[in-house]
Amino acid sequence: MITKLSRIIHFGLQNFWRNGLLSTGTVAITLLALMVSLGLLLFGVVTDAAIASVQDKIDISVYFKTSTSEDQVLSIKQVLEALPEVKNVDYVSRDQAMEIFKTEHQGDESISQAINILGSNPLEAYLNIRAHRPDQYALIDENLKNPSIGQYVSSRSYSENQLVIDRLSRIISNVNLGGFALTIILALVAGLIVYNTIRLAIYSGRDEIGIMRAVGASNFLVRGPFMVDGILTGTLAAVLSLIIAAPVLSFLSSKLGGFVPGLNIFQYFYTHIFGLLGLQLLFGVGVCTISSFLAARRYLKN
Amino acid sequence: MIAFQNVFKIYNSHSVALEDIAFQVSPGEFISLVGRSGAGKSTVIRLLIGEEKPTKGRIFFGQYEVNKLTDRELPAFRRHVGVVFQDFRLLPMKSAYENVAFALEVAGRPQREISDLVPQVLDMVGLGDKGKNFPHELSGGEKQRVAIARAMVHRPEVIIADEPTGNLDPFHTMEIINLLLKINQLGTTLVLATHNKDIVNGLNKRVITLDHGRIIRDEEKGKYILV
Repeated sequence: MITKLSRIIHFGLQNFWRNGLLSTGTVAITLLALMVSLGLLLFGVVTDAAIASVQDKIDISVYFKTSTSEDQVLSIKQVLEALPEVKNVDYVSRDQAMEIFKTEHQGDESISQAINILGSNPLEAYLNIRAHRPDQYALIDENLKNPSIGQYVSSRSYSENQLVIDRLSRIISNVNLGGFALTIILALVAGLIVYNTIRLAIYSGRDEIGIMRAVGASNFLVRGPFMVDGILTGTLAAVLSLIIAAPVLSFLSSKLGGFVPGLNIFQYFYTHIFGLLGLQLLFGVGVCTISSFLAARRYLKN
Repeated sequence: MIAFQNVFKIYNSHSVALEDIAFQVSPGEFISLVGRSGAGKSTVIRLLIGEEKPTKGRIFFGQYEVNKLTDRELPAFRRHVGVVFQDFRLLPMKSAYENVAFALEVAGRPQREISDLVPQVLDMVGLGDKGKNFPHELSGGEKQRVAIARAMVHRPEVIIADEPTGNLDPFHTMEIINLLLKINQLGTTLVLATHNKDIVNGLNKRVITLDHGRIIRDEEKGKYILV
């Protein structure tokens, strides 16, 4: 068995090397397909970062009557934090609200005078609530209507921003769905292109398959070298795809950073290089090996 | 050793390739299958090496009933046979040495045995110095000698040659026939399909004549005679 395996590997490497032009063509097509798959992966990362950045800007605020004590607000905060839909809750006290208000209207004399005339702090304490997903705000808002909380609440921002939040939620969900569909379709197309390229390569060697069979080679020995070729093609294409992607991403990184704040796609690529290589190898070697297996099968009769 | 028992090969009602073929070949024999193009010689060869299945009848080769062999069993069976084709059928991306070695490699023979045997056989067919050449670097006669070396290297019980001289000039034709005779003298059974009258008449061996898919003559020390 070891002799057979070593011969299969030897034949596969020999074919790959001696059919240099054909092998180069197959690697080039596989490389293109893998660049598409890598592009899709990184497009997903950019989309996720863009969506996260938009989601980060969404929150709802609940304002409490001035008669509500800080302890009562903090206990409500605890209740809200326990909800599975809630990502985090920030408490802003009446004094902090005043500070923020003053900072925001620093240059406005009339507002400063109005505050001084009032003598006391008219601002309400509030909680800023962030959900994991935009579609969860409606559920959180329902909880805020509960009388145990509602009796202290003076106003909620959800009802004012409901339209915008719902629209954003729909857009995000559509982008996710569209991205997923696009990934599946393009990955299928890339896989089919690789399959057809390998099929053509094996078709050109169909006479050789017939000769090997006539000499008494078993299916395993005939098919094996083609699968070794497939593994080699997929591996080379996977490694090359990352080597080509690195400088391209380094160039694009600064431009994308301006588009999506906080995103450094090259940094992501660099820190996930082994994971990405694994995925590329899985896709490249997987598609090439399966294609070789299937394409060789039809010439293994008689 | 080889037996065809009432073998028919019918592709459709308008195309009957073989009709009621029955003959036997004993070990060590040299037989020529002769007939015009389309007489059925190549069909007999294809049935014998299991490339096709008969519509009716049975084909025996040693312990094998060839017509019953499955795709999985065929490779092992073919390692008992050496086949030489008109179009040489050499692997174009392998050198002469590698083409001959391939027949041993598929049989799982150890590397040391291959390294010993292949040069000997290449020497025997007069190509000791051409081992590193690829098929496109060899003449027609040399390609056919590589094919014969490949067919005989694993010491098969039978060598089947289907029009082995069809693509060769008279000089190389005689060279190949002499080589086949030499192999036969060493004890290997030989089945030669040809439509070359001069070769058959010069051999003075058993001749089976086919015409329109039927055996019309089977003679010891026969001649190429077509009515």
